[in-house]
Amino acid sequence: MIKVNRNEWFNLRMQVNGKRYEERVEPRKLLSDFLREDCGLTGTHVGCEHGVCGACTVLVDGSAVRSCLMFAIQAEGAEITTVEGLAQGGIPHPLQDAFSECHALQCGFCTPGILMSSVEFLETHSNPGTEEIKDMLSGHLCRCTGYKGIVEAVQRVVHRQKEGEEASGSGDAVSICSRTTPAV
Amino acid sequence: MKPAAFDYLRPSNVEEACQLLLEYGEEGKLIAGGQSLLPILNMRLSTPEFLIDISGLQELKYIHSEGDWLNIGALTRQRDVERSALVKEAAPLLSEALPYIGHMQTRNRGTFGGSLVHADPTAEIPLSLLALNASVVVQSAEGAREVELNDFFITYLTTDIMPGEILREVKIPVGSIPMGYSFQEYSRKHGDFALVAAACVLDTDEQNRITGVRLTLGGVDAVPVLAADAADLLIGEKLTDTLLQEASRAASAHVDPEGDLHASREYRLHLAQVFAAKVMETAYNRAVAKGGTA
Amino acid sequence: MNKQHIGKPMARVEDARLTSGQGSFIEDMNPLPNIHHAAILRSPYPHARIKAIRTEQAEQMPGVKGIVTGKDVVELTHPFPVGVTAPVKYYSLAVDKVRYVGEPVAVVVAKNRYLAEDALERIEVEYEPLPAVVDIETSLLADSPILHDEVGSNIANHRTFSYGDPDKAFREAELVVKHKFMFPKYSATPVETYGVIAHYQSSSDSLTIWSNFHGPFTLQSVMAAALRINSNQLRIMIPKDVGGSYGIKSGVYPYMVLMGVVSKKVGLPVKWIEDRQEHLMASSSGTDRVTWIEAAVKRDGTVTGLRMKMVDSVGAYVRAPEPACLYRTHSNSTGAYRIEHLAMETIAVMTNKSPTGLIRGYGGQQMYFPLERIMHMVATKLGLDPAEVLRRNLIAKEEFPYQTPSGGIYDSGDYRQAFEKLMSMAKYEEFRERQAKARQEGRYLGIGLACIVEPSGSNMGYITVALTPEERGRSLPKSGCAEGATVSIDPMGGISVRISTAPTGQGHETVSAQIVGEVLGVDPRTVKVIAEMDTLTSPWSVASGSYSSRFGPIGSSAVYQAAGKVREKLLRIAADQLGRSPDELVMETGKVVVRDDPTKQISLKRLVGSAHWNPQGLPAGTEPGIHETAFYTIPTALPPDENDLINGSATYGFVADAVTVEVDPATGDVQILDYFTIHDAGVLLNPLIADGQIMGGLAHGLGGALYEELAYDKNGQFLAGSFMDYLCPTATEIPKVTIAHIETPSPLTPLGAKGLGEGNTMSAPVVIANAVADAISPYGVTIDTLPLSPNRIWSWIQQAKSKEEELV
Repeated sequence: MIKVNRNEWFNLRMQVNGKRYEERVEPRKLLSDFLREDCGLTGTHVGCEHGVCGACTVLVDGSAVRSCLMFAIQAEGAEITTVEGLAQGGIPHPLQDAFSECHALQCGFCTPGILMSSVEFLETHSNPGTEEIKDMLSGHLCRCTGYKGIVEAVQRVVHRQKEGEEASGSGDAVSICSRTTPAV
Repeated sequence: MKPAAFDYLRPSNVEEACQLLLEYGEEGKLIAGGQSLLPILNMRLSTPEFLIDISGLQELKYIHSEGDWLNIGALTRQRDVERSALVKEAAPLLSEALPYIGHMQTRNRGTFGGSLVHADPTAEIPLSLLALNASVVVQSAEGAREVELNDFFITYLTTDIMPGEILREVKIPVGSIPMGYSFQEYSRKHGDFALVAAACVLDTDEQNRITGVRLTLGGVDAVPVLAADAADLLIGEKLTDTLLQEASRAASAHVDPEGDLHASREYRLHLAQVFAAKVMETAYNRAVAKGGTA
Repeated sequence: MNKQHIGKPMARVEDARLTSGQGSFIEDMNPLPNIHHAAILRSPYPHARIKAIRTEQAEQMPGVKGIVTGKDVVELTHPFPVGVTAPVKYYSLAVDKVRYVGEPVAVVVAKNRYLAEDALERIEVEYEPLPAVVDIETSLLADSPILHDEVGSNIANHRTFSYGDPDKAFREAELVVKHKFMFPKYSATPVETYGVIAHYQSSSDSLTIWSNFHGPFTLQSVMAAALRINSNQLRIMIPKDVGGSYGIKSGVYPYMVLMGVVSKKVGLPVKWIEDRQEHLMASSSGTDRVTWIEAAVKRDGTVTGLRMKMVDSVGAYVRAPEPACLYRTHSNSTGAYRIEHLAMETIAVMTNKSPTGLIRGYGGQQMYFPLERIMHMVATKLGLDPAEVLRRNLIAKEEFPYQTPSGGIYDSGDYRQAFEKLMSMAKYEEFRERQAKARQEGRYLGIGLACIVEPSGSNMGYITVALTPEERGRSLPKSGCAEGATVSIDPMGGISVRISTAPTGQGHETVSAQIVGEVLGVDPRTVKVIAEMDTLTSPWSVASGSYSSRFGPIGSSAVYQAAGKVREKLLRIAADQLGRSPDELVMETGKVVVRDDPTKQISLKRLVGSAHWNPQGLPAGTEPGIHETAFYTIPTALPPDENDLINGSATYGFVADAVTVEVDPATGDVQILDYFTIHDAGVLLNPLIADGQIMGGLAHGLGGALYEELAYDKNGQFLAGSFMDYLCPTATEIPKVTIAHIETPSPLTPLGAKGLGEGNTMSAPVVIANAVADAISPYGVTIDTLPLSPNRIWSWIQQAKSKEEELV
């Protein structure tokens, strides 16, 4: 049994993006605030604090969850991945490339959360259709893009994964991503 | 919106959790998946003094088939129930209902039992389990007791669980799996709370007459409703259009929905009829398609 | 002009940082040590007198450093100046009264936000509730509750206008069609909320405020006046990353002033990050509006005159830039149609709801809803297809530049070409056949159309149309839409650009780089654009910022002209060094080359180097260094004249939509089958960004049509306090969208570009309403309000059915 008084600090240990963190937290500190303030990882954003907008989504032990709906103390011992942990060795994740090619972001505030959900989604769905992609995205609010570019970006990565291609990160935006602009 | 301060407790097993609940009484609140509780805490609509975190209790995370029962531990994640092949085979109604719950990201953390105990009248899990005639096992420091879901829901957001008790397990009878089933709901946006939800399980004989049926409606009263009158009308009959209309009218005859920003009382009553009809019809067609193999 | 970079769908330079969590949003910033955190206590009542506020207990709470209430604000600030004559006093905290649920009443400063919120609960406020008014028509009645005693009524602004001879047009009309329409109050709810960091320094009596504000910078004057501070003692800094705004973050300025006061009173730097509940209750929104509209019509469907009475609720306080909501579209009130006679009456009222401000579309969605609905109703009355009525009234290509009766100058367009392309894209005739067949099967399909003129680049003069010509005559005329930009090159050839458009996701860094790359003949990716805005160091003027889609026509032009100045200077230096005249030279791929003797060339690096390292070697009259600033405005952005003629926007684009729906009468559910939209925004600077803007505006307009409403009950209680109740569309709610473009360049802007991004926010609500009305027309339902929730549609059908039963 663990008991932490409201005014006490708890020595919280977890892994974030492969690094070990050990910070002192009060029990009520939200995981979203912990990641941003105590770990200094400001890529995870806070948009509603009641679990609807999805901006705060991170991977906790591989599952996409809303970090505003967890207390940091509940993540003790967990392995967390945030948007800062997507690129490996300076090489962008295929989703990061595809998001830029398909203009899947404008202000970028909702983007980290969507990227993290998409990471889990791609790991658990090898050949998702558009409806499944939209279903996963329905847990996220974006007010800039109208979602079209986001759906296309995820489709792009699915397509590439199927073909075993590796995104080079320097694609020509016109040829790679289709836009429904008929020639008039 | 930051929550008010609380003392945090993390029991290492169910017994400790029960002890804590007894000790802290009304001041203590359990937290499992937190998907319903955290918004309430963040908005300070509730400010418990003691938060008892059971989200890590592995002993309550399982899906087991034991003879004529499918037993699901209360802390099993909704996502795991959603993806379970066992559940798909033994309780396909649940598999159909689960994707309607919130979003993938909330089902990753939300627990099966948490939704049941929260007892929102529009929620999918309470509604489906009531249709499946499930029972629950409730644990306290004194021991365990079983409650049928028919008797479990008392009123809005309130169940039969007493102070000091924890929901341990859900038991679904699978000795005879219904031939037909359907879960449908209507919500403003994909994944939002349902305005009205309906579930139906149904059996037919070789002449396509209904031999057994359970119909439940959500969002039409303070608790999920078992539409027994409607069910009675169907027994022994083939499902004609006229009977379908009659049964759906009966289903919405004794319910008492509240109007709110998203749906007026009249509209909910109307949707109750519409969706009662939809699930009865789909369940019947599925049963008939399976045909004769009782 | 064969363009290398402008007009290309170049992927954005902003993306690298934003996809890797390296954006710099206000909540990420900690520019000073010892920042403390603020939480705001807000009114639970829609209308009440404040009898007492007791803060002693709260001041004792752990970590609390100070509390500020209305009496401090009255002591330290003036009311916000506003462009109406009604004597409304608006402060950043409630003073003796609260006038809307969520109005700020006190501010707590503490070590962190958790502790600050704990202390809020210990502040005691004694309220004496008063009757509230939320309904627009009720607020105009003599016995309505009055919000501001000094004003004596709820009317903040009231004007009438008459252009042409509307009375004659209506006398001679063969048919008059009239109706009353209601448009709901709704917002744009960016995912990032308001954020402010305020730092008062007593040693210089100056204030530095960081915030995700984005203009218009007319509001800097408003803030400085309120703070009783010289404008150069108020330094406003805007981060390069702002998490969306769509106009809403223009309304953060009262909170900037509030936090300035708090920092001064408490003596600490203060950070306030708004939470979602606060945002929904008390940030900003569009206005709700009631419109009485009449159309004078000829039997062939030609509309000869319009009368419109428009009443907007600006919320509990009229605050700058309101009542501009009523006047932004003044110049394009007749939309895309050739209508010569126009009478308008505009009234801004105050009701017990949150104060309004800029929003994507700003006034357009409220205006086009009655206009495009009445066009469809005219068609129904005359037994014509709506497409025919629209065709007959659309302005023809030959009529451009077209002057509207109210003084708008539509710079260019080919509305008919765009419309016909839309009709063929939507396969209109074929759909009518599908619809007829479906009706026989008992299914309700419908198609709606809308044609709108999309104004962009607001002329600051239009706001003064709220005043009468006599009232205007008492102060300096206002005009123009000026924007500034600086292009400079450092000693080693590094090109940088400073813009003052304060982007909030529109990709200004990218497009600016494309423009400078084009003009200077370099790879845009080597051009560094600084989007952070700083009122002490950026090139800005009153119109600066992002709103009214002005980067396309105005912001880009300022960058283009500043780059042009740099190019011109470099060519002069090159001409001198190469012994040729500048018009014999070409600038491309990082060098200047003699056109007919390419062996003679100098690299840009070398030229720039000379300007820095060897200024004595420069041609006579040339200043050292490379640093050019340009301010750009459009000559047609004049002040309103004594007849209230005003050209309210710099440029005018065109949008036409066709939407098909199926309505399920059993549930009232609306499924959008297809959404077709065609745009003419002149020359597109970056088609990728343009389409993204179109989709964003469309999703927002769709939200307003079907889901979004800042709802209040009849007593003024706020009902949409979370995202469970304020419904925003997600990916599953967006239908299939087909976007097409035509380009009729603007003759007014150097690149031929107009603005875009607000168009579908203005058109989607009404085109969807038209489609639904068409679908359920067999029931005889009239659609005149939004949002079209399934509950409402079902109820209207039930009412229509029971009316029919009564007649039988």
